[in-house]
Amino acid sequence: MAGHIARRLLYSIFVLWGALTIVFVAVRVIPGDPAQMMLGSSGTQADVAALRHRLGLDAPIGIQYVRYLAGAARLDFGQSLRLEEPAVQAVNERLPATGLLAASAMALGVTVGLPLGVLAALRPRSAADYLVSVASLAGQSVPNFWLGIMFILIFARELRWLPSAGIGGLSHLVLPAVTLALLLVGVLTRLVRSGLVEVAQEDYIRSAYAKGLARVAVIRKHALPNVLIPVITVVGLQLGNLLAGAVIVETVFAWPGAGRLLIEAINNRDYPVVQVAVLFITISFILVNLLVDMSYAYLDPRVRYQ
Amino acid sequence: MSTAAQALPAAAAPGHARASRVRRRLVGWSAVLAAFAVVAIVGPMVVPYDPITVRLGDRLLPPGARVSDGSRAWLGTDQVGKDLVPQVLQGARISLVVGVATIVVAGLFGLAVGVTGGYRGGPFDTLMMRLADLQLAFPSILLAILIAAVLGRSVANVIITLSVTRWVVFARVARASSLVTREREFVTAALATGAGTLRLIGRHIVPFALTPLIVIATVELGLVMLAEASLSFLGLGTTPANPSWGLIIATGRDYLTTAWWISTIPGLALSLVVLAVGQFGDAVRDALDPRAVTGT
Repeated sequence: MAGHIARRLLYSIFVLWGALTIVFVAVRVIPGDPAQMMLGSSGTQADVAALRHRLGLDAPIGIQYVRYLAGAARLDFGQSLRLEEPAVQAVNERLPATGLLAASAMALGVTVGLPLGVLAALRPRSAADYLVSVASLAGQSVPNFWLGIMFILIFARELRWLPSAGIGGLSHLVLPAVTLALLLVGVLTRLVRSGLVEVAQEDYIRSAYAKGLARVAVIRKHALPNVLIPVITVVGLQLGNLLAGAVIVETVFAWPGAGRLLIEAINNRDYPVVQVAVLFITISFILVNLLVDMSYAYLDPRVRYQ
Repeated sequence: MSTAAQALPAAAAPGHARASRVRRRLVGWSAVLAAFAVVAIVGPMVVPYDPITVRLGDRLLPPGARVSDGSRAWLGTDQVGKDLVPQVLQGARISLVVGVATIVVAGLFGLAVGVTGGYRGGPFDTLMMRLADLQLAFPSILLAILIAAVLGRSVANVIITLSVTRWVVFARVARASSLVTREREFVTAALATGAGTLRLIGRHIVPFALTPLIVIATVELGLVMLAEASLSFLGLGTTPANPSWGLIIATGRDYLTTAWWISTIPGLALSLVVLAVGQFGDAVRDALDPRAVTGT
C-alpha cells in the first residue's frame, strides 16, 4: 500500500517535470519577440536588447531552461509582461474564480447525473430511460461554448432572468456553472445507468433479492457501491476536463478566472502568465488523478490487499 | 476479414434479430453522414463563399429575408451583409476536412508507433509510451490551445495541433492489440515458416489492430470536430477567410441581441453532425463486436 502510494508520487513528479518541459518548449517557439511586442514600434534596438537582457531572453536556451526549472522550484516564473505583477500572483488572483466555477459545476453534475442514471436504470427501455439517454447524448454532442451562448440568448437577452457576463452574486454563477456541468451530467448518467444494468445480472444481486431485501435496499447497499468505483475515476478525469472546459466557458461568460487570463495572455504574448496558467491547471489535473488513484485503495478492498 | 469474433457462433437465440437491427442502424447513420459529406464537399462548389465582398446595406437581415440583389438569404446575413448559407457550407467542409484529416494522420501515426512498439518492445516502445503518459497528463484541449497558440491560425495548423493531441489514443489501442496478437499461434507459425518482420507486421499484426482502431476512430471523429470548433471559437483555429463553424459562432456573439441567427445556426449544424457521428460510432462498434451490448 505504502509502496503503491510512493510509486504514484514519484510518477506524478516525473509527469510534472514533463509538463514543465513541454510548456517551456512550447512557449519559447511562439512566434514574435516578446520584448519587441511589449515596446511596440516606438522601441529602439537598444531598448529591445536591454529588455531582452532584463527578461533573460538573451541567454542560451540551455541556461534559460535551467533558470526556468530553478525558478519553478521556488514558484517563481518572473514578472508578467503586461500586468505589473509576478505571473504567479496574476494567476493566483484568478484561481479562486475558476475553482468556484469548477466546484459548482462538479457538485451540480454529480447531484443531477447520479440520480438521473439510477432513474434510467430502474426502468430500462421506459420513457424516462429513453428521455435520459437522448438528453445525455445531446449533452455530449453539443459544444459547450455554443450552449453557453444559447443560454445567454435565452435567459439573459430574451427572458432577462440572469446576467450574461462577469462575476457577482449567485445569479452570475448559474449560467456558467450549468453550461460546464452539462457534459458531466451526460457522461455520469450513461455510466451509472450502464453500470447498474450490468451489475443487476450478478449473483450477489440475485442473492440479495433472494434473502428478501427490498429493491431500494439492494440498489443502495449492493449495486451502487460497485458502480461507484468507475464513477469516481470518471469524475476525477472529468474534473481535469472541467478545468480545461473552464477556459472556454470563462471566455463565453467573461468570467474573471484563470482560463480567461490564459486566453488573454496568449493573445498578448504574455508568456510568463501562459506558463503559470497552463502549469497550474495541469498540476490540479495531476493532483486530482493522484487522489482518485488513492481513493481506489480506500473504496476497493481488492486494491488494498494486493 | 475473418476475425475470431465472427468465427464464434452468434450469441444465443435473439442473435439474428439483433444482427439485422445493428445492420439497419449502421446503414441509417452511414447514410446520414454520407449526406453530410456530400453537402460539405459539393455545397461550397454550388454556393461558393466570397470572403471579400461586403454589402453593408444587407447587414444583419433575418433568415428568409430578401437581400438587395433580389435573392433570398435563407439563413440570414451577418454583420457585414454576407449571406450565411455559403459560410455555413464552407464551415461544413472545414469540419469534415479537419475531422477526417486529423483521424487519418493521428490514426496512421498511432498505428505505426503502437504496432512497432507493441511487437518489438525495447527502448523505442518505452520512450513513446512515456511520452504518451506525459501527454495524457495534460487535459487535451489545454494542450491543443498551447500548440495552436504556437503554430498560429490556419486549417493545416489545426490538423497538426489536433493530430499531436490525439495520436496517443490510437497508439495505445494499437499497442495493446499487438501485444496480444504477437503471442498467438499463427504468428509463431508464420515466424517458423520464415516470414520476415515486415510481412509479419503487415499480414498478421496490423489486421488485428484495425478493428479496435476503427471503433476508436469513430469516437474520436466527433471529439476532433468539437475541438476544432472550440479552437476556432477562441481565435486559435481557422482564419476569417476560412470560416469554421466555431469562428462564425464567435462572430455572432457580438450581435446576439440584434441577430440571434449568426451564432445559433452553425452551432445547431455542428451539434447535429457530432450527434450523428456518435450514433454512427455506436453502430460501428456493435457491428464489429457482436458481443458488446450497447446501453441504448
